[in-house]
Amino acid sequence: MDIKELNKLKEKNSAVLKKKRIMVCSGTGCTSSKSDVLLSNLKKIVKDKNIKDILVEKTGCFGFCAKGPIVVIDPDEIFYEMVKPEDAEDIVASVVDKKPLERLLAKEEDKYVKKWHELNFYNKQKRIALKNCGTINPEKIEEYIAVDGYQALYKALNMTRDEVIEEINISGLRGRGGAGFPTGKKWLFTKNSEADQKYVCCNADEGDPGAFMDRSILEGDPHSVIEAMAIAAYAVGATQGYIYVRAEYPIAVERLNIAIKQAKEKGLLGKNIFGKGLDFELELRLGAGAFVCGEETALMNSIEGKRGEPRPRPPFPAVKGLFEKPTLLNNVETYANVPKIILNGGKWYKSIGTENSKGTKVFALGGNINNVGLVEVPMGTTLREIVYDIGGGVPGGKRFKAAQTGGPSGGCIPAKYIDTPIDYESLSSIGSMMGSGGLIVMDESKCMVNLAKFFLEFTVDESCGKCPPCRIGTKRMLEILTRITEGKGKEGDIEKLERLAKNIKSASLCGLGQTAPNPVLSTLKYFRDEYEAHIKEKRCPAGECKALTQVHIDPEKCKQCGICAKNCPVGAIEGEVRKGPFKINQDKCIKCGVCITKCPFKAISK
Amino acid sequence: MGHCQGCDGCKIDPKLEKIAQRYKGVKGGVIGALHEVQDTYGYISTTAQKYLSKELDVPMSEIYGIITFYSRFSLAPKGKYNIQVCMGTACYVKGSEKVLNRFKEKLGIEEGQTTKDGKFSLESVRCIGACGLAPAIVINKEVYGKMDVKKVDELIEEYSKK
Repeated sequence: MDIKELNKLKEKNSAVLKKKRIMVCSGTGCTSSKSDVLLSNLKKIVKDKNIKDILVEKTGCFGFCAKGPIVVIDPDEIFYEMVKPEDAEDIVASVVDKKPLERLLAKEEDKYVKKWHELNFYNKQKRIALKNCGTINPEKIEEYIAVDGYQALYKALNMTRDEVIEEINISGLRGRGGAGFPTGKKWLFTKNSEADQKYVCCNADEGDPGAFMDRSILEGDPHSVIEAMAIAAYAVGATQGYIYVRAEYPIAVERLNIAIKQAKEKGLLGKNIFGKGLDFELELRLGAGAFVCGEETALMNSIEGKRGEPRPRPPFPAVKGLFEKPTLLNNVETYANVPKIILNGGKWYKSIGTENSKGTKVFALGGNINNVGLVEVPMGTTLREIVYDIGGGVPGGKRFKAAQTGGPSGGCIPAKYIDTPIDYESLSSIGSMMGSGGLIVMDESKCMVNLAKFFLEFTVDESCGKCPPCRIGTKRMLEILTRITEGKGKEGDIEKLERLAKNIKSASLCGLGQTAPNPVLSTLKYFRDEYEAHIKEKRCPAGECKALTQVHIDPEKCKQCGICAKNCPVGAIEGEVRKGPFKINQDKCIKCGVCITKCPFKAISK
Repeated sequence: MGHCQGCDGCKIDPKLEKIAQRYKGVKGGVIGALHEVQDTYGYISTTAQKYLSKELDVPMSEIYGIITFYSRFSLAPKGKYNIQVCMGTACYVKGSEKVLNRFKEKLGIEEGQTTKDGKFSLESVRCIGACGLAPAIVINKEVYGKMDVKKVDELIEEYSKK
């Protein structure tokens, strides 16, 4: 393909995008809620009724997963939420009649909101990495071409390699996988390494539990990653690329396979791309369920067909990476920004964000929050804006307690820091980290000691076992945390945790171990009183730890029958029949729960 | 018949032969081959390991090492219905632990085990990315969202009848 053909395709297909189109979200979340059935229903109705001027297309994630399945009617951008397969008939009728279907519209402050960009959820968002998710069919390369797809690659091939890297440098783009290393620098290091063969890899092993932005980009806009990798290959001098993607993401894998095949057919991958002398082949490699493979050197071992154990660094991948050759590795979201930076210029990208964190970041908002979903905001947006303005606050009238970022490597942000701007520096200054973008909100009913234990369970499970500080150290930390949550914590346990954390952080081989203690350290920093209450008072302030919860008799409901006292195996229930409500002696109670099941009036609860 | 000499002349399934052929000579292709074997048979048998070892020229010890390293591969067959409970953070915060415990209680098995009748196996998995439906589980390839204890009971009943 040459640029003339590309432009011709672009022109032809942008006309298609202006037609009446019913766009059905076909991401993992909506598909799980039967959007695939809805899609085939819609297609069948349009076909049966022989409606020629309405197109039904699958599209990528709109991000508002709490309201899924989502359907948008383009070009008017009419937004329908919680659509069921049986709504298909009415939707088609409404498009034919040009009257929005009120019952499926979103409602905000008692008013119907028609267009998706007008919803509060999208108000403060800026979609760059997610730009094409929800607007094009990810399984058609023509639609990607219609929205300037592969124009950036052509532009880059007409620049020198140094100019391409300089543009990325100017943009200030930093790695979105978590560590935030400047992308331009990484590209330059790889370019400067002399070798007969170099590789470009994409880290799509999104392992951080609760983060799903990379999956959504791959499902909704796979070509943006392929195009970016080709640009990177040109810049650093590589001819072979690998995308390492989780096997747990079947839809993403399928769409990547389709996209790679289409790009090859169009000559956008392969030999002599655009006649400019770039040869670039791309292959998929599937992960097999090992969190540590998100670490760059472990990932490379896995691509090589080995156990995914990390290697010591240096040498860094830019010098000696995959198959011992210089290798560039970036994550999905980082790549998704690249074509836009090349097309619009580094200066444009630099104008968004804060002083040291440029551009936008995608967050997967989850946990105790109303609007669960995927949000992309400019760097520097505050946590409050994300939780309340975009996320719609905490459900059930409960209080916001903390947000957790960075998953098992990250930390929590307590309520007092809710006005912290979200960028690399601000987050690390309060003991958390950007991470890959999981943002889990917790309400007051969540116990922070138990949360730390949850993350430690995860790292103990996922530690590859190569280095002892991580393998044994995290296990010891988990044992201490377990006994604290079981009410068996001892004086000095907190100090032991801190000492272990310090040693594990400094002595572990890779990022997994070096960051594994973070969830403990940050909860200790902000919720030390909760740890102390568990250890000293044998009490779980949030009421989540089973061993530390108390059993109570509601004096209002108690009919003073005495059945509970008769059944209590340890004689912990005090009182006399018909002489006032019974009471539980907390010192004697073993929390067996017999009284709860025996009480005929349901007056006893934990 | 394949060229395997490692398993006393037992017959090699043509499907397995095809998988090995596809990955012969592919740089680092052994994991890809294991994926296909796992997907085709539901586990990776000793016969399959020996055969792949010969055909792909990877030591048996290394193949065993790879299988036991990655949680997606298993050495023993799973139940007819494999129940995966998502233990990602979003699901955890929404109570996936209670869901997992209910499955354990009702099925009388622990994580990684299969019921005696071979019908159900249970495992906890890393984030499946359906955070909008938290807590979520997967039975074979079907995703069930917004789970609670009651739904667990209903699902077990439904699948027991199948």
